[in-house]
Amino acid sequence: MIEIANILIVVFLLIGAFLSLVAAFGVIRLPDVYTRNHAASKSATLGVMCILIGALLYFYFIDGYFNPRIILGIVFIFLTSPVAGHLIGRAAYNSGVKLWDQSVRDDYKEVSEKKKKLAEKGNR
Amino acid sequence: MAFQILLNMFLGFTWMFLTASYEPIAFLKGYFFGLLIIFAFRRFFPSRFYLLRVFAIISLILLFLKELVLSNVAVVKSVLKPKLDMKPGIFALPTVLERDWEITTLANLITLTPGTLVIDVSDDKKILYVHAMDIEDANEAIDSIKNTFEKAILEVSK
Repeated sequence: MIEIANILIVVFLLIGAFLSLVAAFGVIRLPDVYTRNHAASKSATLGVMCILIGALLYFYFIDGYFNPRIILGIVFIFLTSPVAGHLIGRAAYNSGVKLWDQSVRDDYKEVSEKKKKLAEKGNR
Repeated sequence: MAFQILLNMFLGFTWMFLTASYEPIAFLKGYFFGLLIIFAFRRFFPSRFYLLRVFAIISLILLFLKELVLSNVAVVKSVLKPKLDMKPGIFALPTVLERDWEITTLANLITLTPGTLVIDVSDDKKILYVHAMDIEDANEAIDSIKNTFEKAILEVSK
């Protein structure tokens, strides 16, 4: 039983560390804010969740101590990180950050330009 | 739904008082019998039998987890690919969902889907603007989002 638990803990921790590493690579390597946002908001979420699950299992199986705060942490990260990704992307677009020049399609352009014009009218 | 759960708890407590044993197991027994009673009287409630909705919520959570794992595989693939040959872009996604929490759930689900990220929701809440890592299969993505996520969310709110 302890053996299986050990293997599970190791696997979770390694996957979590690997995903965090990939998220860091993605932030360095990808071309613009939006694609970087993809890497940061997804891989980092699952990476941190996996590390937390590994910690939970470790303390439960090795020390016999069940820590509900870790579960709360997992749930909070799961709920908040997609919202954070959405807000960063939206703020970037509304403050005029350009898409990558190899981007193919932009359905949002007209709408955001219209919004900007309205906002300028409101300011006058 | 909340009313049915409350009624079920009430029936559980009634069972405890009827049998005069005040232990958790007596409450669970009473809760189970209350569940049967509510199932028998389900046509008197305005909404449907609440256990179905509980199952729908559970399946939605499982869908969330599955999509999270799949999207990570996709991101790892595109980050570690030697050549950056993806075609990003923003497409408009019309939605039939109306209430705010439904749209929020849909946006979170889309953000955790392989290669898509919500940029904005239009003012009339009818269109979601989604940034996709690979736009080529945008129409396919719209279809699959419509078929799986919207259906699962509608199943909960029905």
